[in-house]
Amino acid sequence: MSNFWHWTVIIVVVLHLIAYLWLLFATSKKKTEKRADNTTGHVWDGDLREWDNPMPRWWLWLFILTIIFTVVYLYLYPGLGNYKGSKEWTQINRFEANYAANTEARNRSFAGFINKPIDQLIQDEQAMLIGQRIFANHCAQCHGSDAGGAVGFPNLADDDWNWGGDYQAILTTLNNGRIGVMPAFAPALGEDGTQQVAAYVRSLSGIDHDAALASEGEAKFGMFCAACHGPQGQGLDMFGAPNLTDDIWLHGSSDVIETALYEGFNNQMPAQQDILDENRIKLVAAYVYSLNQR
Amino acid sequence: MIEFNDKVVKQFTIATIFWGIIGMLVGVIIAVQLAWPAFNFDIPWLTYSRLRPLHTNAVIFAFGGNALLGTSFYVAQRTCQVKLYSNTLASVVFWGFQLVIVGAALTLPFGFTQGKEYAELIWPLDVLLTVVWVLYAIVYFGTIATRTVKHIYVANWFYAAFIITIAVLHIVNNLAIPVNWHLSYPVFSGAVDALVQWWYGHNAVGFFLTAGFLGMMYYFVPKQAERPVYSYRLSIVHFWALVSTYMWAGPHHLQYTSLPDWAQSLGMVFSLVLLAPSWGGMINGIMTLSGAWDKLRSDPIIKMMIVSLSFYGMSTFEGPMMSIKTVNALSHYTDWTIGHVHSGALGWVALMTMACMYSLVPRLWGRDGMYSTHLINVHFWIATLGIVLYIASMWIAGVMQGLMWREVDANGSLVYSHVESIEATFPYYVIRIIGGVLFFIGILIQAYNTWKTIKGAPRPEARASQVDTANAVGEGA
Repeated sequence: MSNFWHWTVIIVVVLHLIAYLWLLFATSKKKTEKRADNTTGHVWDGDLREWDNPMPRWWLWLFILTIIFTVVYLYLYPGLGNYKGSKEWTQINRFEANYAANTEARNRSFAGFINKPIDQLIQDEQAMLIGQRIFANHCAQCHGSDAGGAVGFPNLADDDWNWGGDYQAILTTLNNGRIGVMPAFAPALGEDGTQQVAAYVRSLSGIDHDAALASEGEAKFGMFCAACHGPQGQGLDMFGAPNLTDDIWLHGSSDVIETALYEGFNNQMPAQQDILDENRIKLVAAYVYSLNQR
Repeated sequence: MIEFNDKVVKQFTIATIFWGIIGMLVGVIIAVQLAWPAFNFDIPWLTYSRLRPLHTNAVIFAFGGNALLGTSFYVAQRTCQVKLYSNTLASVVFWGFQLVIVGAALTLPFGFTQGKEYAELIWPLDVLLTVVWVLYAIVYFGTIATRTVKHIYVANWFYAAFIITIAVLHIVNNLAIPVNWHLSYPVFSGAVDALVQWWYGHNAVGFFLTAGFLGMMYYFVPKQAERPVYSYRLSIVHFWALVSTYMWAGPHHLQYTSLPDWAQSLGMVFSLVLLAPSWGGMINGIMTLSGAWDKLRSDPIIKMMIVSLSFYGMSTFEGPMMSIKTVNALSHYTDWTIGHVHSGALGWVALMTMACMYSLVPRLWGRDGMYSTHLINVHFWIATLGIVLYIASMWIAGVMQGLMWREVDANGSLVYSHVESIEATFPYYVIRIIGGVLFFIGILIQAYNTWKTIKGAPRPEARASQVDTANAVGEGA
């Protein structure tokens, strides 16, 4: 802060502390006329009076002690404007020191298993326990504490994957995040075309559908959808395009096929590499991977 | 005889109890929702996020505010021995204040909010409240200025500090640029906005919920005990120290945030200095009763006042302790804060309000005392039990949450996930509901007792407006 504010803060604080002491001293020493009933002599509303008792001694000392504490604290710690305090303490230093110590302890304790190949890592009980805790704090909010997913958030405990389910693919997903975009195709397909494509998609997974509509939708599917979802609708990991031939529906049920075509979807898995460090990403990726290997 | 305006005081008294019931009922509902979220019935305007500000606004500003405005008019007239400066303006203040409250109830549940804690009201309501408040100040200070007694009684110092400071806080914290009829953007941004918000937030506690209620305490405790205030010197020192120190304490709400270190430190040390000035009020209240302890047996109103002052002392000790950075690192963001607030809000503010209403109602309506002393006693015990259950469960829950969130094992990994701390908190949320329900039953009992008192026969020899020396309960009922 500027010199002006630096000195303003100091002067206001010091003056305030002096004012306390003056207030305490002047009020306790103030001489008043002694009256027989030990009141101030003022009367309000018939019977409201005030005794002229001294302030309790212990209370005065309590007050003075807090003022002394303030003076000592402001000498040791930042508080008086730009003055850093004799200990040069800052919350950022404190945080970074804690964080570094914690990271070191973690990496030391990870040393026993962190470099194991993935097949062995998922057999390591401690590694999986730590991975599970990281999952509970960082992933469970969307994917559920059992990794079972929710509407719009994939189930990670089954063997159906949108972006690939091998260990490396999961690591990539965690590090960089994923953005899954399904564009709205209804404007291009038109009202009839949308109904036809929706019927064809239903036919892919054997759900009740209008066969005549579906057969008309096949060609349009090839033109608009196959690029991502594949010619047979089996999905493509590279684009995160879901498999349309099974009965797993990321957005709840097949009822949303029309919604997908009319409005599209924009799904995001946030990147974790700036939030979790490399070793913890490894462990949580291994944990997620392990859910399918048991 | 002076024509005291007791009509407006009566209106404020009834409004206090009415809004108290509403505010506490909403409190019970959201406490239930925290334990069983399904009780929002999937209706947007019944969700916790919308009812919580309705609860805080209703209990602080509607219940507490009506009590403060009403008693300040009563106390100012009695201690200045003069009628209100303007009866018309007083009436405008009453109805204007109710209009603001109704406005809050019609906007907050529907999601119209500024998003600032305890300052949620949208800008048109802020403007309306500003106008009402200025009129209130004119009536109050006009009455003080036309007093026929030389000295200004200590209760009025506190009411005056409350009125002036709330005006300043309200206006500065709500400085904003309107975009349309319900949306506005604050002129402050970032850490400055946060600091202004908590300068406001903590002084709302300091001047609305403390100074104002100390004003009530300084009139009704000596009145009820029929004894002089313990120490004039103490009241001078603790008044000036209290009003000057509260101004500094706001940053303790922002420990370990992006607020600069120096401001956090000053917030902490001045919060510690605040301990003694706060206790000055407690000492003056409790010691006023020394020599009259026998009244504790016969007068449940005195019991309420004593317990209220004790909770005041307790929460003003707890507050400075929680502002210490090391303690705050544990307590912040946990239910400990909720427990602390309610030990002040239920224990100090609400109990003192209830006691003063019991003392005031018979005087206003010219009765010998409340309809039933026994029911006051029942209210006292049920409310005290409710407070103890509430704050003890939140203490345990809060400390437990703080410890669980920071528990790191030897491997440097967090031991608990957040959801486990919520699971562990569940039983304490249920205990809190029980505490809240008991406290709510208490105010229902008070409402019944008040209704029966008002319906009962007036004392034959006196007109209501001249009855001001009635010993409300001691010899009544």
